[in-house]
Amino acid sequence: MALFVKSLCRAAVRPQLAALLRSTSSTPPPACRFLSTSARLMSQEETISVTFIRADGKKISAKGKEGDSLLDVVVNKEVDLDGFGACEGTLTCSTCHVILSKEVYESLARPTDEELDMLDLAFDLTDTSRLGCQITLTKELDGLEVKVPASVNDARQ
Amino acid sequence: MRRASTLCSLAKGAPLRFLSTSSARQGPQVCVVGAGPAGFYVTQHLVKTLPDANVDIYEKLPVPFGLVRFGVAPDHPEVKNVINTFTKTAQNPRVRFVGNVSLGKDLSLQELQRLYHAVILTYGAEHDKSLGIPGEDLENILSARRFVGWYNGQPGDENLNPDLSTDTVAVLGQGNVALDVARVLLAPIDYLKSTDITAHALEALSKSQVKRVMLIGRRGPVQAAFTIKELREMLKMEGCKSVFQQDDFKGVQEFLPSVARPRKRLTELLAQAALDPKAEWLEAWKTAERSFEPIFYRSPAAFLPSSSKAGTVGAIKLAVTELHGEMSETQGVKNTGAFEDVKCGLVLRSIGYKGLPADPDIPFDSKSGVVINSKGKVKGLPGVYCGGWLGTGPVGVIVNTMGNAFELGRLIEGDIKDGTINATTARPGYMEAAKILDNKGVQTVSFKDWEKIDQEEQNRGKAIDKPREKIISVSEMLKVAAN
Repeated sequence: MALFVKSLCRAAVRPQLAALLRSTSSTPPPACRFLSTSARLMSQEETISVTFIRADGKKISAKGKEGDSLLDVVVNKEVDLDGFGACEGTLTCSTCHVILSKEVYESLARPTDEELDMLDLAFDLTDTSRLGCQITLTKELDGLEVKVPASVNDARQ
Repeated sequence: MRRASTLCSLAKGAPLRFLSTSSARQGPQVCVVGAGPAGFYVTQHLVKTLPDANVDIYEKLPVPFGLVRFGVAPDHPEVKNVINTFTKTAQNPRVRFVGNVSLGKDLSLQELQRLYHAVILTYGAEHDKSLGIPGEDLENILSARRFVGWYNGQPGDENLNPDLSTDTVAVLGQGNVALDVARVLLAPIDYLKSTDITAHALEALSKSQVKRVMLIGRRGPVQAAFTIKELREMLKMEGCKSVFQQDDFKGVQEFLPSVARPRKRLTELLAQAALDPKAEWLEAWKTAERSFEPIFYRSPAAFLPSSSKAGTVGAIKLAVTELHGEMSETQGVKNTGAFEDVKCGLVLRSIGYKGLPADPDIPFDSKSGVVINSKGKVKGLPGVYCGGWLGTGPVGVIVNTMGNAFELGRLIEGDIKDGTINATTARPGYMEAAKILDNKGVQTVSFKDWEKIDQEEQNRGKAIDKPREKIISVSEMLKVAAN
């Protein structure tokens, strides 16, 4: 299984897969991302537009492919979000926290316990919060707008 | 002043650097003390927002990354992915990592204040609190922090020699560090074999007789400081059952509806494990040979000696506590007057880390172990800042330290841009610092030198199917760095 995964990685060369294989934990990789839809053959054209709304109000738009996660888009397009995706999509931090509209939130599959466990540690958690590394782009999400909350909880000062 | 010191250098036979004309550098010169997450994140912010700033990151050890390298458990390698972000920062041409340099010993705070426009203290919390109760000096009562340093290769902790020939360990404290040490003690050895755990720890753990680990806390389940992911891991640990005291959970379920989400999910999971465990857990627990035993409402009052091993701990006298006031996450406890003794052969004290002043000029609150500061500005020392655990206290994971460091970065950026820090007069920065260090015979370690150490560790690990075999002696690190 490990050899198969490694050859997939050489073919695809994606940040998360590379990071996943770099980390040789003896526990199975969380979220089994190498089996995610990003490994299947999908349209390789970047047609899905996403807009990130920063805590300071600035809006940054970028395009991704079907099957990209929001984290993939941020990394591939070098979207200016300081500190986003510290653990590189391995569900071991909460720095890719995004807030969706109620509509979009409810249109997506429920987050797993694993995602919720990490989301619990994010600042400004809302009922429509998700981790960006777990949201996969589909055609239906074209035009998606997400809020990226500040990484600082001012109430703590 | 400079003339006199260069004459002295000449007299000592030091290289003739005083002939260099570039003893002052353009742009704000900033130094950071402590190359852990706080140091790297504040540096990341400053080089991004101040295009002509130079940042020198000083680190006491030859190797960077602080608790990401020495604190994160070996079986949590993904948490360490943030090292890639820090490496990118270190490789910025305006950032210089300077390892093996100790504030207070090799460079004083006064010297740094003279050489740099801003000094940022982010050297964390290297010590831990003690209980101050009778018997604390018995053998085999150790700090959980040092136990973590022992299995993570922190120089100085390799000779800890925890005695693992006992079958019962008591971990005092219920935070994530406590859960980490419990997990390392209870995990099957195969689970740890292919991680970057140190060789000496792996060897000792493979011979360990430990079967039971109690996790003892003063307060109740609702106040537990560990987080849900780590708890879930323990509940599913192969070969290990979780044993709770059902009485500890009185009133918890009634309290749940009023709790906000993070605490709610954690408390629900705890209550489920204690009162109504999942069938799949119960099935696994049936054949488990080891046990994880969270115990609430017990506060250590005294350590009692073993009757069979002179001078070693044999039991803990625990005061029974109860919550007082309204039930809440921050509720306090008081003693009921009752006591209980629990037998154990090893105690790991995990009640919080503590910082220390590295330099006598640093204003310090020794009670809380924090530099006296107001939102990162160190009291009484203009141009000196602090962040991370050294400024906020030793609580929080990467996301918290990141937030704090970015906020500190914004503050310093503002101070430089609005002239609060006068960066218009040039300061010598590393040009001078290097001379001082050279005169003292200090071998500095650059980031490229660290990369040699990194490569060597990975090479050694490859041979034995581990991601790396950490080098644990400073002198060996320096030898590899100098190659």
